[in-house]
Amino acid sequence: MILFQAENIVKNFSSHCALDHVTIKVPENSIYGLLGPNGAGKTTLIRIINQITAPDEGTLTYIKRPMTREDIYTIGYLPEERGLYKKMKVGEQALYLAQLKGLSRHDALKQLKHWFEKFGISSWWNKKVEELSKGMQQKIQFIVTVIHEPKLMIFDEPFTGFDPINTQQLKKEILSLREKGATIIFSTHDMGSVEELCDHITLINESRTLLEGPIGEIREKYSENEYELRFDGDINLLTATLNTRFHILEHKKENNESIVRIRLSNNGSANDALYSLLEAGKIISFNKITPSMNDIFIKVVSEYRKKYKKL
Amino acid sequence: MSKTGLVIRREYLTRVRKKSFIILTLLTPVFMAAMFVIPVLIMSSKGQEMKKIAVVEQQGHFFKGKIHPTKYLKFDYLENVRLDSLKKHFDELGYYAILYISPKISYIPSAVQLISHKQPSPEVVTYISEVLKKEIERQKLLAYNIKDLDKILKSVETDVQLQTIVINASGEEKETSTGIAMALAYISGLLIYMLTFMFGAMVMRGVIEEKTNRIIEVLISSVKPFQLMMGKIIGIALVGLTQFVLWIALTLVLVTATTGVVMHNNKSNKTIKIPTNLFSDNAGQALPTNQANTKIIGQKELSQAERILNALKSVNWGLIIGAFILFFLGGYLLYASLFAAVGAAVDNETDTQQFMLPITIPLILALFIAMGTFQNPESQLAFWGSLIPFTSPVVMMARLPFGVPVWQLIVSVVLLFITFIGTTWVAAKIYRTGILMYGKKPTWKEMWKWIRFRNY
Repeated sequence: MILFQAENIVKNFSSHCALDHVTIKVPENSIYGLLGPNGAGKTTLIRIINQITAPDEGTLTYIKRPMTREDIYTIGYLPEERGLYKKMKVGEQALYLAQLKGLSRHDALKQLKHWFEKFGISSWWNKKVEELSKGMQQKIQFIVTVIHEPKLMIFDEPFTGFDPINTQQLKKEILSLREKGATIIFSTHDMGSVEELCDHITLINESRTLLEGPIGEIREKYSENEYELRFDGDINLLTATLNTRFHILEHKKENNESIVRIRLSNNGSANDALYSLLEAGKIISFNKITPSMNDIFIKVVSEYRKKYKKL
Repeated sequence: MSKTGLVIRREYLTRVRKKSFIILTLLTPVFMAAMFVIPVLIMSSKGQEMKKIAVVEQQGHFFKGKIHPTKYLKFDYLENVRLDSLKKHFDELGYYAILYISPKISYIPSAVQLISHKQPSPEVVTYISEVLKKEIERQKLLAYNIKDLDKILKSVETDVQLQTIVINASGEEKETSTGIAMALAYISGLLIYMLTFMFGAMVMRGVIEEKTNRIIEVLISSVKPFQLMMGKIIGIALVGLTQFVLWIALTLVLVTATTGVVMHNNKSNKTIKIPTNLFSDNAGQALPTNQANTKIIGQKELSQAERILNALKSVNWGLIIGAFILFFLGGYLLYASLFAAVGAAVDNETDTQQFMLPITIPLILALFIAMGTFQNPESQLAFWGSLIPFTSPVVMMARLPFGVPVWQLIVSVVLLFITFIGTTWVAAKIYRTGILMYGKKPTWKEMWKWIRFRNY
């Protein structure tokens, strides 16, 4: 089921177009990644979803009906520009923000205690926010975003400001939120986290959608029918063995192993290739090369820029 | 608790627990008391060093022994001295000033000079002129050769202190004091002006803080902008009320404590003392020659103090305090929403200047009208100033101690609260757009557009 949908969103600012007919469909209980270079329009889209700015055109649908202002108060939103009251104590502030999300004081306390223990930050309760580092503040902000267990959560660049250990912890929490049934939209530049977390992505560049769909399909689509072969044997023999159906793109030697990148021609199958290779030497491994999201991102965006410049 | 309630609670608690709030709340009554006590103390201790004044007459010695010393002034009557040389050396001789009297003084009032290095205090000048005037009058009277002149003069010596009594509709008479009314008008008008500014600016700073902290986007996904704005305004209003109530309570405690001391002194001493030790000094340490005189002064001043107390009692404190709270709230609410709108429109406090102007002008105008009110509480300007909502809180409070018809009070309050709803409505529109705008400072035209937007 599609939990949330934004259709044909158009947003123009006085000097430029921020979103040009962008559509995203977020299935229930999935993690949806919004990718794109700086200034692509991700934050604008997120702000439109949260009804902070109004779109010029387009509709928002939440649980099969038009999204209203009231829905915003039931979702969890972690803005990109997120702050806290500097002079307020951590616990008091978390309690306040949790209560604003609609939790009773009692429930808020219980939940906060649970989360503070989970993140190992119980000792911060009586500290002032200004005494905390940026990363520490981010943890508090994350907690108060998810504390009311919203159905839909929207994180704008959730990993900025975190060290690798905390990033890992946050990823773990995001995955466990999905396991508990939450639907999550997040924007990021960090392609590693996209591969780890996302079920679906949309790649926005210069206000337009360049790429959209389940992440597996996208990676499949951009894979070039290339394989990496590790084997122990004679490279020349290998070259001789392979006929026109295969291209050796590059090869190198590492210790006693030869590593070869092979591209199959259009009608070649992996099984055929493997069959022919059996005679070439002792095969150690034979892997399909799937492009990383990073590669796809760079490829798609730079292709777009080239095309755009030609026009 | 409702979301607005939560916001109010936070705004209130974070401010009330601040050290600056506690200090200001405790110190202000002390400061206020000091404002009354210090001038009195200064007056009572004026010229603590004894001032010697050389009296030189150009001809004759009409004033020899006639200018009586006071506690701080001593007069040496010098004969056979040359003014020129005395002018050069009088400070070396330990004189503060030379009083040079020409014989023409009986018909030319300015034929007397007080020569000194420093500008003499008004008290010295007043005392000398008074004494000279009396002495010349006496001399002139003496010239008529009236029998028993001294006795006659004693018996005709009078003192007039005009008492003002106001009769209300039910025929009840009340002793009043124009001075007290003026002081009250001045203090309450100024206080409303200051508090409106203080707490209005507090709202503005709170809004700017949320903007610069970037917490606003977090908040706005949990509460409506209007709830947030009203929560802040009401929370700070409660801070103001708390402070005001505490001020009154503490002042009452201070007053009761001092009155208690006075009452105690009354019983133990035959000579009646006035609080603040002002007059007891006089009574205790007065020079022997002047004792009788001092006693008279003491009694005179006592009766004055008594009358001040009576006048203070005659003030309708319930009305004044009730009206103060009502007008403070109305005025504050009216301006606070505008302050909130200004805070929302800018990114930092330095940018507020341009938008503050339309807010400050009516407030300052109100203060000017209030000042004029003291001269003439019944004037047209005062009347309209106390009805027009943007100036009414300050001006009405300045008029109130002089007596204001009930219908005017009611109209004024109703207009004030209607206008407050209007300004809040406008401010809310600017606020909800402004709080999420960063970067460029908006123009008036843009703000007008925000007001007209139906949504967002």
